[in-house]
Amino acid sequence: MDIFGSFALLLALGVAVYAFGGGIAGILTKRPLLSKTARNAGMAVFGLVTLAVATIEYGFFTDDFSLSYVSAHSNRALPLYYKFSALWAGQEGSLLFWTWLLSIYAFLALLLNRRKHPELMPYVGVTLAGVQIFFLTLNNFVTSPFHLLGGFDRLGAVHVVRLSDGSGLNPLLQYYEMVIHPPILYLGYTGFTVPFAFAMAALLSRYPGEKWIHITRRSTMVAWCFQTVGILLGAHWAYAVLGWGGYWAWDPVENAALLPWITATAFLHSVMMQEKRGMLKVWNVWLVFVTFMLCILGTSLTRTGVVSSVHAFAESSIGSWFFTFLGIVLLVCLVAWWKNRDYLRSDNQLDSLISRESSFLFNNLILLAASFAVLWGTLFPVLSEAVTGSKTSVGPPFFDRVNVPIALFLLFLTGVGPLLAWRKTSYDALRRNFAWPLTGGIAAGALAFALGLREFYPLVCLILSVFVTLTILGEFYRGARVLASRDGTSLLAGVGELTMRNTRRYGGYVIHFGIVLIFVGISGSAFNKDIQKEMSVGDALSLGPYTILCQNFDQPSTNNYKSDRATLEILRDGKSEMLLYPEHRTYLASQVSETIVAVESTPRRDLYVVYAGQSPETGRPVIHAYLNPLVKWIWFGGIVVVLGTGLAMFPNRSSSLVLRAAAQKSWGESSSPEAARASAPLLRNTGHD
Amino acid sequence: MKAQKKFLVGSAIILLTLAALAYVGYTQSKTYYHTISEVRTLPASELRQRMRVSGNVRTGSISHRDGGIDFVLEEQGQALPVSYVGSDPLPDTFKDGAQALVEGRLQPDGGFVAEQVQAKCASKYEASPDSAPGVPARLPSSPTPGQSINQSRDSSAGKG
Repeated sequence: MDIFGSFALLLALGVAVYAFGGGIAGILTKRPLLSKTARNAGMAVFGLVTLAVATIEYGFFTDDFSLSYVSAHSNRALPLYYKFSALWAGQEGSLLFWTWLLSIYAFLALLLNRRKHPELMPYVGVTLAGVQIFFLTLNNFVTSPFHLLGGFDRLGAVHVVRLSDGSGLNPLLQYYEMVIHPPILYLGYTGFTVPFAFAMAALLSRYPGEKWIHITRRSTMVAWCFQTVGILLGAHWAYAVLGWGGYWAWDPVENAALLPWITATAFLHSVMMQEKRGMLKVWNVWLVFVTFMLCILGTSLTRTGVVSSVHAFAESSIGSWFFTFLGIVLLVCLVAWWKNRDYLRSDNQLDSLISRESSFLFNNLILLAASFAVLWGTLFPVLSEAVTGSKTSVGPPFFDRVNVPIALFLLFLTGVGPLLAWRKTSYDALRRNFAWPLTGGIAAGALAFALGLREFYPLVCLILSVFVTLTILGEFYRGARVLASRDGTSLLAGVGELTMRNTRRYGGYVIHFGIVLIFVGISGSAFNKDIQKEMSVGDALSLGPYTILCQNFDQPSTNNYKSDRATLEILRDGKSEMLLYPEHRTYLASQVSETIVAVESTPRRDLYVVYAGQSPETGRPVIHAYLNPLVKWIWFGGIVVVLGTGLAMFPNRSSSLVLRAAAQKSWGESSSPEAARASAPLLRNTGHD
Repeated sequence: MKAQKKFLVGSAIILLTLAALAYVGYTQSKTYYHTISEVRTLPASELRQRMRVSGNVRTGSISHRDGGIDFVLEEQGQALPVSYVGSDPLPDTFKDGAQALVEGRLQPDGGFVAEQVQAKCASKYEASPDSAPGVPARLPSSPTPGQSINQSRDSSAGKG
């Protein structure tokens, strides 16, 4: 089977090289038939990589322990779904998986656009093939997943060893989220290749018009959504499995995933400047380029261990491959931009500081500042070692200090930006749009202050969250009221109609609301409390409203692991509420230990209890309890973001006739300022796709 | 043109503020990594800095005493006696021969007082194909010296 898989991979590389070379030849000779064969080759890569993936999965499912990758990451007793997910448990499989997801994206991009953009698509195909060549080279020659165990003897004959059982999957990865978190995050990482290919293609072919920017934007949204979910699932996994009471530690691998997310977020906003006003073209192209490069950088940080990390993946030699590739990509981007920079000339200039444009500019400015700070902090150990010779790292205080104010300023812009008019906003409009939300926000802040909330950042976060939520509700309400009164339906039906008519705009608001919820959840971390105590049976500790009473310790060990477990009774106001069972396991075969956290999660707070181990002094069990307010809102906000993104991707209900009717209606009633104002959001919509 | 100027001024203010915050955060949280041999040759000015040192736990050197644990870190023939004074339980992976990363300060007597200890089992975190049982290793799979290894996260991270 290994021969079959290796051959499929080798063939995939050959076909990708043809897609690349043939594509370029097709462009240069202007022969559509040649371009077509190159495109078909690009699509065929998908089939061949799929065969390779199927081969390795077949190895996992049939317990083929002659394959070194299978024997290292699986064993006979492993449940079937973990055998499936063992594909991405290690270096070789992860990179093959990367290549495979990329080939799926490339296949879909080429297939769905095969009859469109005949000038543009050959360039897209060539760019995609170029990226695929890099990863297939790694898969074939550097990290092949098809190595057999054994080796050559003195006479040169091959001796294949087939182990009776594999060494099993890392227990930390034996968690249901680990089946879905890596694929989703990888779908984000690889997905940014598609907008990169379209932006590169448009630049190289000097593609006229703005159509390509729509494709780039939509494909960025797909990847962005996966990246968002991937990051949140990773945070949730860290929270639920690693047992240190938090979900984010500014770890290099976390930062690596966050970086392209930030630049992609910046692009999704600034692209509107290009669509509406023909501004920021150079900026947008570079945001797409940089996002892609950060994805490659992120993958290499994750896979090569250049920067040390809790994820501590095996260090390997593939780092230099990645950095060479990054260098080539950067060079290609620079040349493509320099040769075509006149194509990206801006059509307009900034008219006023109080305008939609400037809110987008500020949004981009601080998103870029955030990504720069995160990048700098992540690479700091490497940079400081290169410059001063001594390795220095920066910790969470650095990241928090920079990013918390940035995040709050972004939250502010989230509320302000969508209500500002393009070009210039009048004072009147400002007052009309912001009076209520601002009053509401400040009132909420005053109430919280009166109730004893004194911390600065959480207070600002609360005020802004209420403000943003009210502006969003106001947008829905104003639009829906017009539609409802016109159609004689309920306000709720009006909201539905409004949303479906401009999914992008109102989906965007839903995403913003999800982000608000995530911010609320994160702001809860300012009030985290934790306590650690040596406990014997009968001991109690109190944390917030809870009293934790130690009922029992036992060792429910199996032949797979030995375990220490505590039985803790949780009392609230003297009343028994529940039992929690934090546990600490050490797996016998691998000697890897695992914390089984016990969490009681409510919208208000999480009670998170860990069996931390034995005290170094007395040998008594140590229980570490955390009280983490509002954490649940982060995960809930993530779901809202996904729903909003789905909504924003949904095609608009076509309604040119209805719109005209609405316009006429508001025309007719324009004597009433109420009606004119209410229809304003509708009229503004017409420019969206 | 006027709007653009205003925008530039606003941007400058924002970026300068952020740079100042970044500098404060940097001075608060920077930590130096040193190998054991580097620790022995540090200039006096750097001796008192908070630092991280990594090495392997010398077999048989772990001894429990009142208020903590003593052990010896080894790397490339150099040794560093460490006293752990933290209150957190040590990770299970901390044992003879394990790779450990200690964070704390150097003492005038040449010993090291650690407030945090992170350890990684010498064999694996992620099973590498080279360490599959019964198979001769193709490549040495030991991490480079000075590389940090965090199996257990320090519990102070992520607060605030």
